[in-house]
Amino acid sequence: MTTSINWFRFASPASFFPLARRLAPWFASAAALLALLGCYLGLFVAPTDAQQGEAYRIIFIHVPAAWMSMFIYLVMAFWCAISLTFNTRLAAMMAQSLAPTGAMFTFVALWTGALWGKPTWGTYWAWDARMTSELILLFLYFGYMALRNAIDDPRRADRASAVLALVGAINIPIIYFSVKWWNTLHQGASVSLTAAPTMAKLMLAGMLVMAFAAWFYAIAIALLRVQAIILERECATAWVGELAASVRGAK
Amino acid sequence: MSAGDFLAMGGYGFYVWGSYIVAVVAIAIEVVAVRAHLNAARRMPGNEELR
Repeated sequence: MTTSINWFRFASPASFFPLARRLAPWFASAAALLALLGCYLGLFVAPTDAQQGEAYRIIFIHVPAAWMSMFIYLVMAFWCAISLTFNTRLAAMMAQSLAPTGAMFTFVALWTGALWGKPTWGTYWAWDARMTSELILLFLYFGYMALRNAIDDPRRADRASAVLALVGAINIPIIYFSVKWWNTLHQGASVSLTAAPTMAKLMLAGMLVMAFAAWFYAIAIALLRVQAIILERECATAWVGELAASVRGAK
Repeated sequence: MSAGDFLAMGGYGFYVWGSYIVAVVAIAIEVVAVRAHLNAARRMPGNEELR
């Protein structure tokens, strides 16, 4: 089968850069609109929980942040695998671009989890399997970024940090299944692909809208950061010069 | 429901708003940092014209 679009064209930073620049504002706008809608549903429309009262409204931040913290790590590990296998620069740049956003969502998941734990479980923190493995995830993101920053040659940094990210990926199934494998203080999954949701429809709707907002935000911010990384790493190359010339011509 | 009731969140205001505000601040910090990063990259030698 032949397609009219050659997707491999976008594997080069020079051709991906304009695409990232064009797409980022659309994802950012979608994220902002969905976040506003999600907060409206979560704070004004969704009913009070029968057991937890209003404290449960933390769910609209906590669950999307926790999902993104794990999902971004998997995407980062995917790009690391591509960059190690095919030795492509852009894949490594994408992984580099995702790490700070993953760390941010992991921090938010831990923070909101602590603030939710205090009123419902009576403690901000416990060394149970879910929380401990999520904290390890935060350290994996920090370790990945620290290792990158410690190596001057970007291509060596790509390879070393990719190996670290791939080894650390083992932590993701541990986080996800921790509530099944161990008897944790943290509750089991409220939403799964195999069973009907156990929460009210409006609560679920608010949570899913917030999850999509987080998703679009992550794409938008990664597309912005990757532009900075591309310009840093490809500075003074011929294509950047040509791009600069075209910008100058347009002015 | 009054604005005061809304802010009180049934007595859980500290926990609920502590979550929402910190999440908004974390995102705001990241957006500001990425914009600064992009502007710094555009100022690098050979990239100046991209500003």
